[in-house]
Amino acid sequence: MFARLVYESFRRQKRRKLLAGAAITLGVTVATAMIAVATDIGDKINRELRTIGANLLVTPEEDTLDVEIGGINLKPPSDGAFLNEADLPRIEGTFWHNNITGFSPMLPVLVNVALRRDGQTDNLTLLGTYFAKRISFGKEAITTGVRSTRPWWKVTSGAWPDDNSRDVLLGGRLAARLSAKAGDFVTLSGRQLHVSGILSTGGVEDDEVVAPLALAQDILGKPGAVRRVYVSALTKPEDALARRDPRSMSGPVYDRWYCSPYPQSIAFQLQEAIPHSHAEQIRQVAQNEGAVLTRIEGLIFLVTLAALLASALAVSAAMATAIFERRAEVGLMKALGAGKFAVASIFFAEATLLAVIGGLVGFGAGAVLARQIGRSIFNSQITIPSVLLPVILAIAVIVTFVGSAAAIRKAVELDPVFALRGEL
Amino acid sequence: MSAGVSESAREVGAGRAKSPHTSMFLRMLVRAAVLRRGRALPALFSMVVAAAVATAVTNLYVDVQAKLRREFRNYGANIVLAGRDGASLPADALAQVESTLAGRGVVAPFALIVARTSDGQPIVVAGTDFERVRQLDRWWSVSRWPAAPEQALIGVRALPVVSPKNQAFDLSFQGHVIHLTPAGTVQTGAAEDSRIYLSLPDFVSWTGVQPSTIEVAATGSPEEIAAIMHQLEQAIPAAEVRPVRQIMEGEARVLGKTRSTLLAAAALIILTAALCVLSTLMGWVFDRRRDFAIMKALGASDRLLKGFFAAEAAALGAAGAVIGFVLGVGIAAWIGRANFHAPVAPRFSVLPFVLAGSIMVTLLSAILPISLLRRVQPAIILRGE
Repeated sequence: MFARLVYESFRRQKRRKLLAGAAITLGVTVATAMIAVATDIGDKINRELRTIGANLLVTPEEDTLDVEIGGINLKPPSDGAFLNEADLPRIEGTFWHNNITGFSPMLPVLVNVALRRDGQTDNLTLLGTYFAKRISFGKEAITTGVRSTRPWWKVTSGAWPDDNSRDVLLGGRLAARLSAKAGDFVTLSGRQLHVSGILSTGGVEDDEVVAPLALAQDILGKPGAVRRVYVSALTKPEDALARRDPRSMSGPVYDRWYCSPYPQSIAFQLQEAIPHSHAEQIRQVAQNEGAVLTRIEGLIFLVTLAALLASALAVSAAMATAIFERRAEVGLMKALGAGKFAVASIFFAEATLLAVIGGLVGFGAGAVLARQIGRSIFNSQITIPSVLLPVILAIAVIVTFVGSAAAIRKAVELDPVFALRGEL
Repeated sequence: MSAGVSESAREVGAGRAKSPHTSMFLRMLVRAAVLRRGRALPALFSMVVAAAVATAVTNLYVDVQAKLRREFRNYGANIVLAGRDGASLPADALAQVESTLAGRGVVAPFALIVARTSDGQPIVVAGTDFERVRQLDRWWSVSRWPAAPEQALIGVRALPVVSPKNQAFDLSFQGHVIHLTPAGTVQTGAAEDSRIYLSLPDFVSWTGVQPSTIEVAATGSPEEIAAIMHQLEQAIPAAEVRPVRQIMEGEARVLGKTRSTLLAAAALIILTAALCVLSTLMGWVFDRRRDFAIMKALGASDRLLKGFFAAEAAALGAAGAVIGFVLGVGIAAWIGRANFHAPVAPRFSVLPFVLAGSIMVTLLSAILPISLLRRVQPAIILRGE
């Protein structure tokens, strides 16, 4: 009888059930989409923050002091220690390699260039680096280089050189000084080099030559040498644990530190992966992104709470209206001898059914909505972990219950006489 | 006839006997709200919540840009002034920059030279204003800032070279020697680690070199910053004014994405809230079909009825919007304080939109059921069918 009552109520009152169901579906859709966005926003913004540049720097362990002013390093080029280019793919073998979005090795070399026709020469820096080089380590492979790690570098005319070529880019101000343009040849330290494009960075590189790493090594006469490596990694904002010295930690605390993507622990692992290296966070980038990230995550979290509140209200408003409209029915049931419990349980069963159906449809719609938001705002997917489904369903059922509770109580306590006569 | 209905019928009759048309209209409006507050309150409540949430989200959306820009200023300079071809800037450059900015940012001057240590090693020495640097480059991890003259702030990589035992040391530049005591170390993970920093008076009296770069962290929108750059170029023709492109671009990207996300969230929330109001109010109006039928039976015209329900809904919408606005401003201020440690200033420009939106939603939810009921004979409603 109970099941039949519920079933018939759904069969005969399609319009009302549809209205309440639509409200629940909409509420769950908004809640699901917002939760998905809120859980993913940190990762998305972290990736956007990588456009500010690398947050970790790897240098040789026993390096001599840099004497660098305005991009010109006055340290003798062959002086000091180098990293070995052959060790770099190991970056892809570290524990947090999935968090490393890219890296670019740098090798500055001093070259001389004939400034004017009278043969007067000037020293300038040629920077060897990767543009978009494919690196593979075991099964992992990424394409990395300045084109992805320094997105503010722009080739204003011409094209990016190939990493295996001997083409170079001229900084914008340097090109103006040399009155060279893309496609020309320049003579650097006695080598004729083809200029594939003009580079604009807004920084010291505007006065430099940027070349494939192999060419710079060749000019320096040190195959495989790398002066420093800039690494871009997705990191977690620093907290008290992150700042502790790993050497003073006990086993489990150390494991937790090691397995958290703090700038410090990723630097530590880079140092382990690359022999004779010293890795450190670039504080300007690493410190501030934590603050920005925390703010944005906090903001979206609070807005998600507001969205959840709004959808909970919408659901309970719709349920209350739906139940209020059925006072006469309640009166009839009570007149026929149904107890408060029986009436309430029918309503609650209906509410549960509505919540589950609305929750399922809403979850699907919310997933689609989140994906749309991800695609249109971040150009990447926002996926919803399926573990969220039971959570969302539970929330839907609870909200529907709470929303209908007041209305059900009122309906159950109604005197059947008034209800049947249609009076409140 | 039930007690309630006959009472309201009596009231209608009595009202018509003794007062003119408009005051009856007002009286019904007020009495309906007061007498049946049990039903009007949930409708008002949902209206208030909807308006509050909408106000809070809109306020945040408008204000988040300014709040996040402030966070981004912690990244340091977004404009760099440099003397052309490495030349020093004019002596009054810093004052010029300050007056051009007029409080819209933080400024720090830098002078750089290569000095030699007592054993002949080259090392970069910089002169700057420590008070300003503390404001501008907040990420510098400094063990102790220099407080007295001839104290130096030493980069962590430079420390073993010049002062391994934290002892006083000499530096020479073009034959002039300065005797310095280490105050503390600076660590940034970048070029600063290999340098020694002195206060500008010490630096200038030792080397005679004036600052060659001024770093500026200007606050404002991209247009405002472009305007500042233009003003700086005109004020100091001897300097080359460059944007720090990675900071500007990164900031623009992150801000843009955050705002878009917030906009999407705001749209979803406002939609949900509006639907919540719509369903509550429609239920409320439907519930009063008896009043409607009685008025009609007593000879009220369709226009009057529509006007009555519309006025009631609009009044409810306006009241809800105003209360909700106050509440929403409070929520936004709280979120601002909790998340950005600075309250979000109330934007009264949002109020007309919230008000108009609320009244529109309430009117819609009043008019829809009325148009449905209009076609029904009053007798059928009064018989409860």
